[in-house]
Amino acid sequence: MTSVIQSSIIKKFAMALSGFFLIVFLFQHFIINITSVFSEEIFNQFSHFMGTNFIVQFIAQPILIFGVIFHFVMGFVLDFKNRASRNIKYVKYKGSSNASWMSRNMIISGLVILSFLGLHFYDFWIPEMKYKYVEFLPDDSNRYYSELTHKFEDLNKVIIYVVSFFFLSLHLLHGFSSSFQSMGINNKYNFIIKIVTTIYSIGIPFGFSFIAIFHYLNH
Amino acid sequence: MVSYDIDNISPDMSFLEMMDVLNEELTSQGLDPVAFDHDCREGICGSCSMFINGEAHGPDRLVTTCQLHMRKFQDGDTIFIEPFRSNTFPVIKDLVVDRSSFDRIQHAGGFISINTSGNTQDANSIPIDKNKADKAFDAATCIGCGACVATCKNSSAMLFVSAKVSQFSLLPQGQVEANERVLNMVKQMDDEGFGNCTNTGACEVECPKGISLENIARMNRDYLKAKFSS
Repeated sequence: MTSVIQSSIIKKFAMALSGFFLIVFLFQHFIINITSVFSEEIFNQFSHFMGTNFIVQFIAQPILIFGVIFHFVMGFVLDFKNRASRNIKYVKYKGSSNASWMSRNMIISGLVILSFLGLHFYDFWIPEMKYKYVEFLPDDSNRYYSELTHKFEDLNKVIIYVVSFFFLSLHLLHGFSSSFQSMGINNKYNFIIKIVTTIYSIGIPFGFSFIAIFHYLNH
Repeated sequence: MVSYDIDNISPDMSFLEMMDVLNEELTSQGLDPVAFDHDCREGICGSCSMFINGEAHGPDRLVTTCQLHMRKFQDGDTIFIEPFRSNTFPVIKDLVVDRSSFDRIQHAGGFISINTSGNTQDANSIPIDKNKADKAFDAATCIGCGACVATCKNSSAMLFVSAKVSQFSLLPQGQVEANERVLNMVKQMDDEGFGNCTNTGACEVECPKGISLENIARMNRDYLKAKFSS
C-alpha cells in the first residue's frame, strides 16, 4: 500500500481521477445554473432538489468536498516535490519556448480557483448550511433564485467571479486534456479528446461568466 | 557564472568547436579550460549536455549540442551556457554532470533476459506488426542525454524512462518481463528523486531525437495495468 501511495504515476493517476470527478460536477453545476437565465421556476426546482435530497446532501456532497480537498492537497504535494527536485535554478530558463503558460503554472491558476472557492463557499454554501442545519429555518422552495441574483448585484463581485472563471479556463485547458495522458490515454494525437476538452474548458467558464454578467445586468 | 570574450568564431563552427577554441585560448593563457562532456560529436552518444540560452541543447530543434552551429547566434551575442540542472544530475565540474541515475534506472529493468546457450530463437522468426516495430524503434532512438530532465520544470525523467520501457514493451520479446520491467524502472526513477510529470510537453520539444509523449501515456498505461494486476 505504501509503495502505491509513493508512486509518482499513481499520484498523478489519482490527481487525474479527482480532476475528472470535479469536471463532471462542474458540468452538472453549470446545467443547473444556466436554467436561472431562462426560468426562475426551473432553477428553483433544481436547486430545491439538490438542497434537500438525502443522497445529494449526505452522500454526494461529502464525496465532493473530499474530492475538492484531495485535488488541492495532492496538487500542493506534487508541486512541492517538483520544486524540490531542482535546488539550483537556471540563471536563464526559457520555459515559454517549449511549453504553454497554463501548463507551467497550474499551481497559480489552482490557487486562484482555491481563493475563488473560499469566496463562493462564503457566498452560497455557508449561508445554505446555516439556513438548513444551524438556524433550521422553514423549507422554502422559492428562495434560491432571489438568493442567486442578489449576489450578482455587486459589480466588484461579478468582476472577481469573471476573472476567477478565466483562470478556471486556463486550468482546465491544460488539466482536462492532461488527465487523459496521466491515465494512459494519449491525447496528443487524439483529435476528438483535444476538441472536446478545449470546448469544455472554454465553454463552461464562459457560461458561468455569462450567468454572473446576465444577472448583474438584469437586477 | 564566469564571463569569457571570444573572437574569430566562424558561423560554420559547431558549438563544441567554439568551446574548443575557448579552451585553447584559456590553456594558452595558463588558465583552466572549461570542462564539458563530449564524445561522438555527431548526435549519437548523448554525452554533450549544455543548457544554452535557457534551452537544453540550445535554440535549435532535434539536435544535440554537438550538432548545434554558431550560425544560430549573432555576432556580439552573449551566450549563457549552464550545465543540466537537477538534483539527480549533480555537477561534477563546470558543465559536466553525473547522469548515472539514468544508468541505475536502466539496470532496474531496461533489458531483456535471453538465454544465450545457443538455443535462442531467431528474433526475425517472430512476426511483428510494422507500426509497432516502427514505434519501438523510434523509442529506442533515445540517447539518454538527459535533455528531458534538464528542460522539464519538474526535472521529470518520464520521457527517458517511458522510451526505455516502450522500446521493449511494444515487442513480443519484451512482453515476458513487461510488468516487472515497468514497475522496477518507475520505482527506481522515483527513488532517484526525479520530479513528477505534469504533461507540459517541454521534454518532447527539446528532445534531440523527437521522442514522443505517446511513450509516457503508454508507460502510464502499462504501469497502472501492472500495478493493479499484481
